[in-house]
Amino acid sequence: MRKLGAENKTARYAMLIDLDRCNGCGACMVACAVENNVPPPQPSATPRTGLNWLRVFRLNTGGRDAFIPVMCMQCGDETPCQSVCPQKAVEFDPATGIVGQIPERCLGCRYCMAACPYQARVFNWWDPQWPAGMEQALNPRVSARQRGTVEKCNFCHGRWQAALEKAAQDGESGPVRYTPACAEACPAQAIRFGDLNDEEFAAECRDSGAFRLLESLGTGPKVFYRTSRAEVREATRGFGEVKRG
Amino acid sequence: MIRTGILFLAGFSVALSAGWWSVPRLLYRTEPQPAQFSHIAHTGEKGGMSCEDCHSFRADGTFAGIPKLETCAACHSAPMGETQAEKDFIARFVEPGVEPEWKVYSRQPDNAWFPHSAHVLRGKVACEKCHGEIGKSDRLPVYRVHRFTGYPEDVMGKRAGPLGLKRAGGMRMDDCVACHRQNRIEHSCLDCHK
Repeated sequence: MRKLGAENKTARYAMLIDLDRCNGCGACMVACAVENNVPPPQPSATPRTGLNWLRVFRLNTGGRDAFIPVMCMQCGDETPCQSVCPQKAVEFDPATGIVGQIPERCLGCRYCMAACPYQARVFNWWDPQWPAGMEQALNPRVSARQRGTVEKCNFCHGRWQAALEKAAQDGESGPVRYTPACAEACPAQAIRFGDLNDEEFAAECRDSGAFRLLESLGTGPKVFYRTSRAEVREATRGFGEVKRG
Repeated sequence: MIRTGILFLAGFSVALSAGWWSVPRLLYRTEPQPAQFSHIAHTGEKGGMSCEDCHSFRADGTFAGIPKLETCAACHSAPMGETQAEKDFIARFVEPGVEPEWKVYSRQPDNAWFPHSAHVLRGKVACEKCHGEIGKSDRLPVYRVHRFTGYPEDVMGKRAGPLGLKRAGGMRMDDCVACHRQNRIEHSCLDCHK
């Protein structure tokens, strides 16, 4: 039973990414960092210690390269990160299907990072610092995280909150519609965001051409991919072996 | 032996009372508001205004909070009453066009998100439920801020309800959670945190 934001109705937000459209430009990564107040990397940061909620990997298929954006998959079944967190700092919200990370509770043990099959979680090795003047451009909808906490993509939860505020103002009920920053920024419109409770969108995600990464683990990820190239799909099967960076 | 016991109890109670009295005073620092303001002069029979007349919503559903100078100046470009406070306000802020920097009693921490539209417009929660009967006060309460966190007392410490008026539900996280549980509204952390 849930009243806030949705009159007893829930959403299951999901993403459908068309790999044929993605050209690896990285606009989604930049938009994500700007939207979510992810600070620029420290000079000593490495690809392993830097902060990225969303990474675009290059898939070497033998022929023409393909690119695959990977973020938190918002696993809905037996959410691996949630089940291992000793602090209850990870929370699956059944009303939105979003896996929330609560930095105030996180003690920085990074067990969730080890548990995540997608390596979608990152650790704050440093307190966030912005070049002089850039702090003026921070997004007030998102709180910055401190050193010693884990963070990850939350499907632009600040935008969900903004949409909820607007819906309440307009007297609308039911799950709200919004667009995360990556989907908005993608010039090729490769990233689509929707609600799996919306039949039309769900049907597209169920499409025979659509697949999910490491689906066989049974974690119920909610980021779907689609491609017409068999070799690209084949290349994604080895995702777990992809090295970071 | 009895004498020692009495002395100990007397000393203990003195120390305890002193601590009880002084610690909250040491923990909070008082800051002045830029001007004096009477809510009742505006909301009473003479003014006849409602909360929403000044504390309005923006078109995108966000809450504007304390009104800007232009809202005040719309009526008070020239004195409407006889009070010295009004004359001072016009001389110091309206005429030179200086925005008064009001201290916000209910300023929440950076990681908290409170959608007024969801509570007031959809949930029909009365303003007084959280803010107390501030609309009936004739002067601003003392603004006290926590020395360590910089957050106001209403959010950090005791429940809201200044001036001896009817106490409010409060604006601490405990108060939010208590009300949500009472109304059986499920909540996840990210409902209110950002």
